[in-house]
This record gives sequence, C-alpha cells and structure tokens, in this order.
Amino acid sequence: MNLSQALEIASHTDPGMVRSHNEDSIASIAEKGLVVLADGMGGYNAGEVASGMATTVITTELRQLLEDNEPHEADPKSGQKAALKMLQEQVTKANTSIYQASQSQPQYAGMGTTLVVALFYDNKVMVAHIGDSRMYRMRGDEFSQVTKDHSLLQEQMDAGMLTKEQAKHSANKNLVTRALGIDPTVEAEIHEYDTQPGDVYLLCSDGLSDMVSDEDMGMALQALGANLNLATQQLVQMANDNGGRDNISVILIKILREYPAAQGLASKIFGWFR
Amino acid sequence: MAKLILSMDGLVLKEIVLSKERTTIGRKPHNDIQIDNLAVSGEHAVIVTILADSFLEDLGSTNGTCVNGKTVKKHFLQNNDVIELGKYKLKYISEAVAGATKAADFEKTMILRPGAMRKPPEPQAPAVAASAPPVHTSTMPSGAAAAAAPAPAAASARAHGDTQVGMAAAPAAAPAPAAPVRHAMLQLLSGANAGKEMELVKPLTTLGKPGVQVAVITRRPQGFFITHVEGVSKPSINGTPIEVQAHALNDHDVIELAGVKVEFFYKT
Repeated sequence: MNLSQALEIASHTDPGMVRSHNEDSIASIAEKGLVVLADGMGGYNAGEVASGMATTVITTELRQLLEDNEPHEADPKSGQKAALKMLQEQVTKANTSIYQASQSQPQYAGMGTTLVVALFYDNKVMVAHIGDSRMYRMRGDEFSQVTKDHSLLQEQMDAGMLTKEQAKHSANKNLVTRALGIDPTVEAEIHEYDTQPGDVYLLCSDGLSDMVSDEDMGMALQALGANLNLATQQLVQMANDNGGRDNISVILIKILREYPAAQGLASKIFGWFR
Repeated sequence: MAKLILSMDGLVLKEIVLSKERTTIGRKPHNDIQIDNLAVSGEHAVIVTILADSFLEDLGSTNGTCVNGKTVKKHFLQNNDVIELGKYKLKYISEAVAGATKAADFEKTMILRPGAMRKPPEPQAPAVAASAPPVHTSTMPSGAAAAAAPAPAAASARAHGDTQVGMAAAPAAAPAPAAPVRHAMLQLLSGANAGKEMELVKPLTTLGKPGVQVAVITRRPQGFFITHVEGVSKPSINGTPIEVQAHALNDHDVIELAGVKVEFFYKT
C-alpha cells in the first residue's frame, strides 16, 4: 500500500551554531510510511558514522521487508503485529552493525547513536526509540511528548527527585542511559498509537528539544502547520536563535487522510486506485 | 566540581568542594562539614551530588534548613543559592560556573552505562536529631569554627567568591530565549477593526485567514520578519509582494494580505 497520498513528510537537519559538523542523520520513505532519525555520539567523525549506519540499515532493510509483508498483520502464534517484529529485528541488526564496527575499528571505538523510528500503517503509528531523541504529537490544540527519554534526567524525574520545571535547570542534560551500538544487545522501547487525520507528528534530536521549549514548538506547529517545510525551517531557526548548541534535526509528518489497511481482495483492488 | 562557601556575618570561613556523593552537614564531628554551633543539629542536612547536580536534604533537624530565606525539606540546588543554618551561611556555586569544564565538551551527548555510577541513594529516613536541645537557639559561635580559617585565606576566598558571582551573569545551563530587541506593534489600517492595535509578544504571530492566505511574523534576535505560509498570493510590504524567504520588517512598513492593511511599527 502506498502511503504517500495519506502522509505529508518534511524534514530539515542543521549543524547548529557551535558544532562544525552534523552528527545527526535522518531518512524517510514516504510511500512506506517510515521515518528514521538518529543522533550520533563519539569522537571525531564516529558519531556521524554511527547515526548514518543506523538510518541506512533500518531504511534499506525495512523497505525490503515492507515490500513483502503487511505491517498490520498479526502473527498467528504470538498475536504480535508484523510491524513490531520488523522494528525489533532491524533495531537489533543496526545495533549489531554499529557495535561490531566500533569493536573492529579503533577510530570508531565507543561510538553510538540515539534513535527514533516511526512506522505508519493501518491508521496507526508504531514508534521505536532509544535514548533522548523524541517524538511529539500535535492533535487539535494539544501538543504533547509521545516518547519518554532514556536519560538520567528522565530517571530522576521518574524517581521524584526533580520536577519538569527543575529539570530545565539541570546540568546533567546530556546523559543518555540507553543507546544503539554501545552494547552487544539493546532493547528499543516500542509503542503503537492510533492516528487521526490532521495530526502532526514531530521527530527531533535533543538539539531542538533542549533549545526550544515545548510551548514554542507547539506554537510553531500551530502557526505553520499548513506549510510543513516552512515549519521545519522555523523550528531549526528557533533553536539556532536560542544558541544552537547542538546539531538540530526535525522530521514532521502530517496525516492528510485515513489510511486503513486493505482487508480482503476487493478492498485491495480498491486500494490500488486510491 | 561544585562547591560551597561557608560564611558567618559576611566573613568567609571555608570553601568546601562537593567531591563526594554524599556530603553531610551537622554539629557532630563525623560530618563532612562540621558546624560546631548549638543551633545546628547533630546530623542536620546532607547534600547529594549526582554528576553535575546537587540536592540538599534536611535530615529532620530541630531548627530546619533555609534556602534563600525559605524553609526546605528537599531542594535542587541552583548556582548562588544560599543555605542558612542558624547564623551560618553556605553559598552554593555550581559546577558549570566553578569548574573549568569546557562548555562544548560538556554538552555532548554521552552514554551513561549501567554500573558506571552507583545508584542514587534512596531518600533516607529522617535522622533523629535528639541531640540538639531546642532551648539553646541563640548562636554561640565556638572558637573552633571561627579559628578554622585564618584571616588571609578567608579574604582571598572571598575575593574569589566575588569573581564567581560576576561570572554567574552568563549561566551555562538553561538557554534563555533571546530577548526581543524592541517592542513591536501592529495596527489595522482597514477593515471593520481599523485602528485596533496589538503588540507582537509571541515568538510567532500568524496573520490572515487559514485556507485563504496566511503569513507569519517571527520575532528573532535580529528583529522581526514576515514569511508567507499558505495561499496563492503572497503578502505585500509597502505595495511590493514579498519573496518566498523571510522578509525583514522595518519601522512603519505597511503589510497587505487577504485584503487587509496592517502597519508594523516599533513601540517607543
């Protein structure tokens, strides 16, 4: 099923005002409803290598898998959706590739990356994330964070040591507790949500979420939701105007209309003409 | 590393670096920071430091712990916070200001591996501060604490402290949104609400009718800019339609969109 008519996708990535190179990496396949964002870390150019490997492995592998499989179909034995299995397997594969590269090449030692992947199918979105790259959702007037960071700060907030307001002043913003490619195995946090026409989903690296408040991000989407390209540029510009201390990446996905999975032969044929 | 500056009556007594995960404060000698004064409980408070952040926790002291004049049970310490214990003051200088850590290195995202750091300590059950008699609240500075810091050292420490305060004007954490250069206003020149004024207070202000023609005015450190968002025709400034990219607004520019004229001007 081709989703390029149901989803509008815009993205923008920028090195920011301080860093000389961009260690973020983004990719999207509109017709498959797949978007990937990774924020690499590690010395010299290793961060770029790690994030680049993550997006490449996941997009190429998933493109092939989505050709042959329907993501909404559940496995008869486990009852799990095919999408879940695909995402789990590809995250594992990306992790293994990065881990092995960092083990075999001394210049890549210790490299890793955060990851957020969203796969749209059957009026739903499945999100897998690792680390502090985020997904937000704008539905009507409500702008809210969907993913929960794997970071020291989030753990401290969960433990009740810090409130959200206090967390803005913490000096420990930059520590993630989970990343791709650091250990031989990693577990991505995966959840599925229903989508509605009109929803706008925002994927971003911490270069945006650390520099621009949630309210301002929501305001930008509210004001510029009609022009996604402009909205991505505006978000990046806001982060840069506030200092732009890290690489900034943004992907916006707008749900233009419903995209139910084709059920049975008749609707499959109908699906071709849509 | 973050540090505390202990002072009494404006006289700096001691500087304490928060190098431990738990730094205890109290009257009894086993505390990391001993304040031998009857207004201070035996085990008065503890400062838990997790990497660059420090948390102050009162351990059920008899006379309580004040931060910046407010009594606290638990407090996330910010640069320049003043902790008061009786007549004694402890000023907190955060790592970002006190340390020589380079901002660029510091902000790089890093992985925190399990086991790399010990678990943050569980909040302790309040220690029984039975040892502090509540009757003797009047301070009696003991010779020990006053003599602990020789006068020259105290003077230099204070001078050092002053420089730090000066530096605190540029905080490393919490990116402050760039302040608007000047206050700007819009005034409607035509239509039913002609004459009506509004101030551009938000970072983004949209103009026009959704689905017909929309433009947005963005507030940036460099000034105000107008950008075309949607619609077939683009807004015009002083009669000339703008291009696709953002257009800088000058004082008394007249914006025309969706059949309405609006004047942009800076508030004097």
